[in-house]
Amino acid sequence: MSILIVAEHDNSTLNVATLNSVTAAGVIGGDVHILVAGHGCSAVADQAAQVMGVAKVLLADSAAYAHALAENVALLVANLGAGYSHILATSTSNAKNIMPRAAALLDVQAISDISAVVDADTFKRPIYAGNVIATVKSSDAIKVIVVRGTAFDACPAEGGAAAIEAVTGEHDAGKSSFVSEAVAKSDRPELTAAEVVISGGRGMGNGENFALLDGIADKLGAAIGASRAAVDAGFVPNDMQVGQTGKIVAPDLYVAVGISGAIQHLAGMKDSKVIVAINKDEDAPIFSVADYGLVADLFDALPEFEAAL
Amino acid sequence: MKVLVAVKRVVDYNVKVRPKADGSGVDLANVKMSINPFCEIAVEEAVRLKEKGVATEIVAVTVGAQQSQEQLRTALALGADRAILVSTDETLEPLSIAKCLKAICDAESPDIILMGKQAIDGDNNQTGQMLAALMGIGQATFASELVIDGANASVTREVDGGLQTLTLSLPLIVTADLRLNEPRYASLPNIMKAKKKPLDNTTPADLGVDVTPRVTQLSVELPAERQAGIKVDDVAQLVDKLKNEAKVIS
Repeated sequence: MSILIVAEHDNSTLNVATLNSVTAAGVIGGDVHILVAGHGCSAVADQAAQVMGVAKVLLADSAAYAHALAENVALLVANLGAGYSHILATSTSNAKNIMPRAAALLDVQAISDISAVVDADTFKRPIYAGNVIATVKSSDAIKVIVVRGTAFDACPAEGGAAAIEAVTGEHDAGKSSFVSEAVAKSDRPELTAAEVVISGGRGMGNGENFALLDGIADKLGAAIGASRAAVDAGFVPNDMQVGQTGKIVAPDLYVAVGISGAIQHLAGMKDSKVIVAINKDEDAPIFSVADYGLVADLFDALPEFEAAL
Repeated sequence: MKVLVAVKRVVDYNVKVRPKADGSGVDLANVKMSINPFCEIAVEEAVRLKEKGVATEIVAVTVGAQQSQEQLRTALALGADRAILVSTDETLEPLSIAKCLKAICDAESPDIILMGKQAIDGDNNQTGQMLAALMGIGQATFASELVIDGANASVTREVDGGLQTLTLSLPLIVTADLRLNEPRYASLPNIMKAKKKPLDNTTPADLGVDVTPRVTQLSVELPAERQAGIKVDDVAQLVDKLKNEAKVIS
């Protein structure tokens, strides 16, 4: 067996999310190759070559792949992937965009968001917002798989010495072009990679009150998230959403503030190691998953919490 | 300009489903069914395109059991002009659904295909991307804003770090994210009118689509239950527990 992993990166740095897929690939077993598709991204290939357990890095450097446009990258993945038994990528917005398209080009039914590997063609994955875990078996010759990052530990980023092979030829479908990107610049860790996450819900009342989380996040080195209710209410942008339809996180510590604990929010955070809930409603469902619950008005508790850290 | 919008009948988002006792599947007996929330956003976007004068006709399509007619009627009540049901009693996987939709699109030649980014039952997030691949057209997934300008579309997408804007040539597929719009409620007169709008029936076999599953569901189970912990009295006790018991802060 041989496994191709599609790397997540920004043309200069290999995103650590990729390391979760390398671990999943190790469980499946076989030679592990990483595809770095981008533009001016040789530094990423160098980093990928050092990842423990990687046998080969394929570098596809072309303007057509600069912004990870699905139309172009999926053609490349389908083209290269035809020689592999498995094609993996960690569940980022790029992977969710590209992998099903590549699977359809290969006439393969993709498997989304696997949380465990049973054997080389059998996997577990959450369905219905994680209320149910399904065990599924693929009969396709090539398995196209999106890996739930929080379900697999990151493998060591160093210790490997893979050869880097340039991929020639470029795939430009000519269907789409990049215009702009508005990426929130933050000194805080990324939500999906943070060891501590503090999230606010509808109970925060408005967007300005999210500033109450800043001081705590600074002291804990935490990322700041939000429930879908807070996003729907327009308090904060959608890229902060933790939940079934937002980001899935599993930090060492998750602090839910003013979040009632709707099914779809729990789906995004209940694999966190320690969960703290602060809510003034003592019957809020969030308390049923919290290790430590504090029934209190968040406007009193948050300043006190910040001062105590 | 013709818009095709694909919808799916799913378990209502308020329902907490459970596995059947024998673990053979999810227990869906007597469970409330609804139109998938993201599909509802896609229908709303189609209706807004028509209200802006961009779209002239909206065709709603679903692939599913006969009861899925209810969700097509919902789409018609919201403003779709006619509907097509690709009827099957099997649970189809995204690739098969995409193949059925491709056959419909080949016949209907829509300029814009709208659908939800993900259905909240299988949580696959695949069908739009697969249909785009099969048709060889562009895809704008996880859309939060759609502007049609002649033969091109400008689409803003929700990506991990924020927002990304692309331009794509028509025809294209747009999959709706949460913030694309806020769907309206169907009015009673429109619900009544929807009953008279045309609804065609076809089947995967009629469309010449092989829907043999590639991925079989062997079993389903409940996730590991998380035990509820303790309630602390105050912030001081919380900080103490986090430092000395859980040891997650220092």
